[in-house]
Amino acid sequence: MGFNPCVNIRKEWDIVGARQLGREHAKELGFGTVDQARIATAISELARNIYLYAGTGKICFEVINQLDKKGLKIIAVDKGPGIRDISQVMQDGYSTSGGLGAGLPGVKRLMDHFEIRSESGEGTEIEAIKLVR
Amino acid sequence: MESVKLDLENYRKLLKEYLLTNDETALYQAEQFSKLSVQHNISPEEIIHVHIEALKELYPELPREVSDSLNFLLEAMISYGLALQEYQFLRAKQSELESEISVAANMQKTLLSTVKPDIKGLDIGAISVPANSMNGDYYHFVADKEGTLGIALADVIGKGIPAALAMSMIKYSMDSFPENQRQPSMILENLNRVVERNVDPSMFITMFYGLYNPESETFSYASAGHEPGFYYHASKDKFEEIEARGLVLGATEHTTYQQFVNHIKKDDCIILLTDGVTECRVGDRFIERDEVLQVIKDYIHLPAQEAVDSVYKYFERLQDFHLRDDFTLIIIRKKV
Repeated sequence: MGFNPCVNIRKEWDIVGARQLGREHAKELGFGTVDQARIATAISELARNIYLYAGTGKICFEVINQLDKKGLKIIAVDKGPGIRDISQVMQDGYSTSGGLGAGLPGVKRLMDHFEIRSESGEGTEIEAIKLVR
Repeated sequence: MESVKLDLENYRKLLKEYLLTNDETALYQAEQFSKLSVQHNISPEEIIHVHIEALKELYPELPREVSDSLNFLLEAMISYGLALQEYQFLRAKQSELESEISVAANMQKTLLSTVKPDIKGLDIGAISVPANSMNGDYYHFVADKEGTLGIALADVIGKGIPAALAMSMIKYSMDSFPENQRQPSMILENLNRVVERNVDPSMFITMFYGLYNPESETFSYASAGHEPGFYYHASKDKFEEIEARGLVLGATEHTTYQQFVNHIKKDDCIILLTDGVTECRVGDRFIERDEVLQVIKDYIHLPAQEAVDSVYKYFERLQDFHLRDDFTLIIIRKKV
């Protein structure tokens, strides 16, 4: 386990900050350019969701450095309205059809591991991990 | 020409060849590379990455701006890669749905299957083809010991799965009616109650029920708003519309249906159909009823089954093998 810095998401500009910090970690960990771009896109999606639907929240990073695996964990936390129907938002075509971008299924595809917990009225926490190949 | 391999080595070779010769062959191979990449789920950003790597190896002194701009392009392609993956997923999902529907359609076929009975003195032809995989038209023959023949023909307004589901209900309600209750008007009145109680008011079902009695050589019938059929006078080579009026099934709770009786002469035919026949479309134009009759006339000299098959084939060709509505046609000829 490594350091655990977070970026608060309050305004759209903060999405850029989260991307940048994530990319720096990704570079240090030795991710290639394609994976760096994918990680940055995943961070964007998660941060945009916070900005658009929860208003405020934070994106945190955790470096995974174990004997058998190395990677980056992104944790997105907000205290927003939560997601009532997770199955629906995890469905392909749900967000893309509305032109909202890759959505959560996109994040899941960009990363190697994806986990979501959400309570209606209490907020949402998403963990996504990308491993160095 | 050697086949294209999907790896960096090969891409570099092709790129180098192209940069040196500006040759169409290399471009053609790039196209092959692109197709192969799609087949193997390689996303656009990965190809750009391969391109950058190849370029750097060929030109170690690549200006920083060029290399950065390519990274910029890579970033801009990420969403296209995701869209590609989503497309592939949805395509797999679609074929899954299609096979599920085809299972349902097969099941419907089994549930609604009817046997064309062998009635002495009658030649019967029947065809029913759905526009999509599931049929919203339905016909059924009921023959009993006395040699009478009941013919049910129904059409749900609309097509596809909802229409098909409603049809199964009609069939099973009819099965549950007592055997001695076979008067066309009674059957429609009973079905009307079933439909009124069980089907959404926005869904309408039209139906024709006819009963042929070989003893009296009569055809009794009643109609619930169904497309009128025709009586064919063989001696005059003329069609006459089978007149019957009645409300569609399910419109109101208590509807009564008037019953009519026709005497049937030798060689005459009863022609029953759904609006998929009379409302065939050629381009934007509905064909006229007279044209439909002309086509039926062209084939009416054939045995009944051959006749209905030929009429169907004619309209299928006319509509470029793409039916807009479910198509059902029944011809019953009195042979003796």
